[in-house]
Amino acid sequence: MSKYTTIIGLEVHVQLATKSKLFCRCSTQFGAEPNTQTCPVCIGMPGSLPVMNEEALNLALQTAVALNCTIPPLTKWDRKQYYYPDLPKGYQISQYDMPMSEHGHLEISDSKDRFETKQIRILRAHLEEDAGKSVHDEVAGRADSVIDLNRTGTPLLEIVSEPDMRSALEARAYLDELKLLLTYIGVSDCNMQEGSLRVDANVNLHIDKGGEKIATPIVEIKNMNSFRAVERAIEYEAGRQYKVWQETGAKLGDSPKQTRGWDDAAGVTRGQRSKEESSDYRYFPDPDLVPVSFSDEQVDAAKASLGELPSTIRESLQSDHGLSAYDAEVLVNQGRTLIDYYQSAVKVAGDAKGVCNWVTQDVLRVLKESDAGIETFSITAASLGDFVAKQKSGELPTARGRDVFDAMLEKGLSAADAMHSLGIEEVDDSELESLCQSLLEANPRIVDDVKGGKQQAVGALIGQAKKQNPNADPSKVRQICLDLIAKM
Amino acid sequence: MSLTSDDVEKVALLARLMLSPDELESMTAEMQQIVGYVDQLAEVDTTGIEPMAHAVELRNVTKDDNVAPSLPRGEALANAPKHNEEGYLVPAVLGD
Ligand SMILES: [Zn+2]
Repeated sequence: MSKYTTIIGLEVHVQLATKSKLFCRCSTQFGAEPNTQTCPVCIGMPGSLPVMNEEALNLALQTAVALNCTIPPLTKWDRKQYYYPDLPKGYQISQYDMPMSEHGHLEISDSKDRFETKQIRILRAHLEEDAGKSVHDEVAGRADSVIDLNRTGTPLLEIVSEPDMRSALEARAYLDELKLLLTYIGVSDCNMQEGSLRVDANVNLHIDKGGEKIATPIVEIKNMNSFRAVERAIEYEAGRQYKVWQETGAKLGDSPKQTRGWDDAAGVTRGQRSKEESSDYRYFPDPDLVPVSFSDEQVDAAKASLGELPSTIRESLQSDHGLSAYDAEVLVNQGRTLIDYYQSAVKVAGDAKGVCNWVTQDVLRVLKESDAGIETFSITAASLGDFVAKQKSGELPTARGRDVFDAMLEKGLSAADAMHSLGIEEVDDSELESLCQSLLEANPRIVDDVKGGKQQAVGALIGQAKKQNPNADPSKVRQICLDLIAKM
Repeated sequence: MSLTSDDVEKVALLARLMLSPDELESMTAEMQQIVGYVDQLAEVDTTGIEPMAHAVELRNVTKDDNVAPSLPRGEALANAPKHNEEGYLVPAVLGD
């Protein structure tokens, strides 16, 4: 029994995959020269007026319905005021009391059963514009900071979970599942290095002290640059809060919410300078933007546009294809293009398990070694399907599968051509029988051994058979030899 | 509603404005006048009237997601008090 339960809620900001910004038509392309993608609207020049990007609304709607959220009939824009150099207007256009979606959920599970499958509730998902970037000078704090406003106004969807996670592992599973879902439906590339996905974690503890349940003050952790960092930061923070509670006994409500930054190199969270005076955002409705209403037809169309979601595919791979939960998880987690590849191959092969084995073992291994994606893989889905079908029908002896696969991979051959180039053809049963007969005649001692009860002695004959005819199926050779000896 | 000089001081801090004691005094009086003017709206009887999300009865004014040319960098930076041809220069940002 643990000394405490860790309570975790996550706020995830994802950049939506639009070509232009949320309220102006500047490009959102990452990596441009500083301050070359701005205009009077996104740098807040007087007299400029924002106009909503239709595609950003569509992508936000698709994400919201994929997260099982309710879509209110009316949503509006609010100004969140704060003063910071990377925020040229002095306010961020966001959504406060009428978000575009709320009350959804995302299911998480662990194929290794380290926690029970559970639903993480989504409190809300709302649209907002991104801020710019401060480029900190290397000369610590002496020189001026340089501000790049290219990112200002890029569409973000902020997805806020309820505090439903109970371990760093569950938080990691939520992030993995969320990222998988977003990339499946194609609303974001979720590239953390480029800032397309950012995570803040709210963490506190529930401590059971002699029957009394005590909650520690909530801490918001920022500056986590990878999912692994999120896991580490939560684990560290839980331990830190327990220690602080033992020392001070501080409880939830004793102090305002604290923000701490994660220092990845040191492996610790550090208190950040209190911005208490600036935490008063004074939201009010943005008069420059009219409200948005999504019709039932739009919501239905968004649902219909999603295609199969990861959770549905995982289920159908188990129920319809007979795969294990683990195999289904491995395939689905590779992303939609790999699932498309797998499914096309199964259609040709008519053998889901067979294709799964080749994909999860050999195909994924080759992709990993060459650091490539399935898009550029030299064996097409149809070829792989044909290859598996030939093994299933016996046309291609299982023992030669690996050779054929390698030839297909290296020379880009079809299964038939690869078999031809390797001289592989199915050996018919009468041919095999005469081969076995001659081997038995040449090895009377083995025959005696088998008759004396040492069945495994027949193994030596399999090796000899393969030497004489590499296409001989080992299991068939074994059975035929045993049958022949029994009749002797 | 009446404004105190503490309220005005807080708003000034949020807007990063430094007010002298004299300015604080005159500003409090002036802001009180503005707020008092707006306060007249409270006299209107709004029983049974649906709140509106916006003063204009329009919805869904959007544009297609097509990129249009941005400002040349020189023009974007032209009004900045300080810049280095590439970016805006501001006093070093603390914390982060
Ligand atoms: Zn712009």
